Amino acid sequence: MKLQMKLNGQQVEWEVVGNELLLDLLRDRGFHGTKRGCENGDCGCCAVQIDGKTLNSCIYLAGQAQGRAVTTIEGVGTMKKPHPLQTALVETGGVQCGFCIPGIILSAKELLEATPNPKETDIREALDGNLCRCTGYTKQFEAIKNAAKVLTGKKPRGSKAASGGGK
Amino acid sequence: MKRKLVTASKSVKKVDALSMATGRALYVDDFQVPGMLIGKVLRSPHAHAKILKIDASEAKKIPGVVCVLTHKDVPRIPHTTAGQGYPEPSPYDTFILDNKVRYVGDRVAAVAAETRDAAERAIRAIDVTYEVLPAVLDCERAMDPDAPKIHDEDDALRIPDADRNLAAEMGFTIGTSFFEKADYIFDRKFVTHYAQHCPIEPHITMAYFDEQDRLVIRTSTQVPFHARRIVAQALRYPLKKIRVIKPRIGGGFGAKQEVLLEPLVAALAVKTHRPVKIELTRAEETSASRTRHPMVIHLRAGLKKDGIITDLDMDVLSNTGAYGSHALTVACNTGSKVLPLYRADNVKFDAKAVYTNLPVGGAYRGYGATQAAYPMECLIDEMAERIGMDPLEFRKKNHIQEGESSPVFKQLGEGREGVAQTIMSCGLDRCIDLGAKEIKWKEKHGGDKGKGPLKRGVGVATLMQGSSIPGIDMGAASIKMNEDGSFNLLMGATDLGTGSDTVLAQIAAEVLGVRTEDIIPYSSDTDMTPFDVGAYASSTTYLSGMAVKKAAEEVKAQILKVAGQMLDVDPTGSKLQDGMVVLPNGRRLTLAEISLQSLYILDQHQIMGSSSHITTASPPPFAAHFAEVEVDTETGKVEVIKYVAAVDCGTAINPRLAEGQTEGAVLNGISYALTEEICFDSKGRPRNSTWTHYKIFNAAEAPPLKTILVPTWEPTGPYGAKSVSEISINGPMPCLANAIYDAVGIRLTEAPFTPEKVLKALRLKARGRRTD
Ligand code: FES
Ligand code: FES
Repeated sequence: MKLQMKLNGQQVEWEVVGNELLLDLLRDRGFHGTKRGCENGDCGCCAVQIDGKTLNSCIYLAGQAQGRAVTTIEGVGTMKKPHPLQTALVETGGVQCGFCIPGIILSAKELLEATPNPKETDIREALDGNLCRCTGYTKQFEAIKNAAKVLTGKKPRGSKAASGGGK
Repeated sequence: MKRKLVTASKSVKKVDALSMATGRALYVDDFQVPGMLIGKVLRSPHAHAKILKIDASEAKKIPGVVCVLTHKDVPRIPHTTAGQGYPEPSPYDTFILDNKVRYVGDRVAAVAAETRDAAERAIRAIDVTYEVLPAVLDCERAMDPDAPKIHDEDDALRIPDADRNLAAEMGFTIGTSFFEKADYIFDRKFVTHYAQHCPIEPHITMAYFDEQDRLVIRTSTQVPFHARRIVAQALRYPLKKIRVIKPRIGGGFGAKQEVLLEPLVAALAVKTHRPVKIELTRAEETSASRTRHPMVIHLRAGLKKDGIITDLDMDVLSNTGAYGSHALTVACNTGSKVLPLYRADNVKFDAKAVYTNLPVGGAYRGYGATQAAYPMECLIDEMAERIGMDPLEFRKKNHIQEGESSPVFKQLGEGREGVAQTIMSCGLDRCIDLGAKEIKWKEKHGGDKGKGPLKRGVGVATLMQGSSIPGIDMGAASIKMNEDGSFNLLMGATDLGTGSDTVLAQIAAEVLGVRTEDIIPYSSDTDMTPFDVGAYASSTTYLSGMAVKKAAEEVKAQILKVAGQMLDVDPTGSKLQDGMVVLPNGRRLTLAEISLQSLYILDQHQIMGSSSHITTASPPPFAAHFAEVEVDTETGKVEVIKYVAAVDCGTAINPRLAEGQTEGAVLNGISYALTEEICFDSKGRPRNSTWTHYKIFNAAEAPPLKTILVPTWEPTGPYGAKSVSEISINGPMPCLANAIYDAVGIRLTEAPFTPEKVLKALRLKARGRRTD
């Protein structure tokens, strides 16, 4: 079938086979920021946003995305122009191996869109479908709080802890 | 020696973090190689069986199937998958594919096909006739005279006693007056369980031929150089024709200190002359890759009334599963990283690792110290209680101090005799004080726990680890200077998400007086970088960091020489700072000016340096962990209210990354202590191989974690640094056990501490029985 969807703001039309998973489709087409950790809906590192909702693409048929707007990590920000969540995760040390990070960012993005001033419990709940084995989550909570402040204008945008700078 | 640091003590941003956070970073599976075949492995449904016949004819007929390999199609060369230095201390008891299977999940055959679907169908179409054999599923029965022999092949090498299923053995005795001076004797048996590392990226390896027909292996590994050597060995393939590249990798925690997939994927690539990749499924990762060795540890201790420990006697039975990967060294580490923490006149250690028909043990962060810190720290708690001494005071009285040594260091190394060493830095007392304050120990420990069903308690554990394997590990680095005053830093050291590329770049930047972003790290490519043993044994910052520092110092000397020539002065006493040479007379030259001169104008040469580092010391980092728990006496559920880890890692080269290492290790340890366990049915089949059923902590469940870095200065390390990555996984199990005891008075000696075990112990206690 022909799948038409809006991917990171661009209209695409791709040929897909019947039972192809959205995760496989995206990765095959070079959107490799969406990761495969369990293929069982347990870890969230394959998360993408579909019509604003964060879903695990490993348990989502590509065909279901027909006519929808899909955002992958590549659509959230770039190295030149990172999203405040990306900047904050880098600055706090919330990124270790990085494998869980795209999924964490998409979950956090959905949270901050609905709840601009989240409490820590909101953050914990929003991330409860994302497994990270490296960080203990502590610095990721901190990063999401910082990003919320930036997005609501309570904190200036941009990098403070420049490389080589102090803690 | 100690000096003010400009870069090597700062929380600079991890050099690869932004590319990871934007999805740009390339992990193994993110490389697209045209014509890639997908490999899949047929795995044994039996715990122990002989393969009588394999018929792959139907499988080969499936469209898209390119190759099926069985034991008849690969060289039969005994080797170990343990990614250790040569000669490996693990037995050579493994073949790429074998005519026998030794656990449920063992390899039977491998397929390469154009699509995953075809590969999976081919796997199902292979017809295997097994002769099922009796299995060993209880490690305490493995050495029984009538136990089935698991390694009955006659070509395995260096198995100490295959007839008795003995994969490794080690022991020593210090002192002769065991339990003669003790006023009290303590004696308990502790049991730990099967657990898996759960890197979010499972094992994945791809292999392909480059334009020179050399075999390139791109793999998620902690040990690229060992992988190259072991592939060459297991395939009898020329080492010079193999290039191993480690790109970004999605966590390892020891699971990837294993040369697990590389020989098989290489065999498929060689056979098909096509690019091939194998990625483990989550279920395969959990029960058919590597695990933490389950152990039965019997600990006896003698104590005098005045609080002096007189005797420690540790007896370890380690279950290495079907193969002896890391069997000897993990068993040794239970003693060598735990016993030296406390002084005692008489110390005895006896460790055995036995084969069973269960999943294979391997390297797992903590590496045996995790299993042994549990009995040790629980018994220490009990000893303190017996003589009515505060557990913190008791530890301070007995733990090893700066300037002291332990005879254990010499007696016990990694699978052989160790190296004597004196402790040059120890911040443990301060760790205890700061951690106690943070958890409010004085207010919360002991006392009345109230009437309701929810009881709170606090517990403590103190810990040590090592920093690299003394006399064995080696790391190397080279640095060259570019026209703009930047530097390429090439090193064998392996960043598995830990941030070692960043930390090592910081060390180079410190020496060269530049910012971290002026250092361009490239690591872990056997064609391009110098050798390093890899990321294990808490060695990278300490050992590879020293190699980087020495290489940078050599570059520095060359820079100063050119500066002296350019200005016709003696450069002695010059400094490198802010990207410039500052000469004693105040004149300044930028590094760019110097590089341009040396490359193009004056006495032309490439400013570059390289260095290797080995060490005879392995300075222990120290830590004091504290936990507050709430035990629901009606359901048996244990909740961690707060966890504090105070860690002396010497200088934290990057404090944020050091905290991150600690927090990740602590949460992994908590989840190991409370929920994680691979369970098996009566046939040895794993029952919970997916994350739906094998529970690791998610963000909602993670307790508040607080890390306190307690700086000391380790004179043998780069800028005072010791290791930090492993130590903190050892704390939670004993710390939580002690906190549970403080809350409800039960001593749990079998992990994990599930609600069922807690309730059972509470019932026994109510009936006035011992709970262990
Ligand atoms: S890969 Fe989709 S949830 Fe784990
Ligand atoms: S950073 Fe490694 S899994 Fe989260």
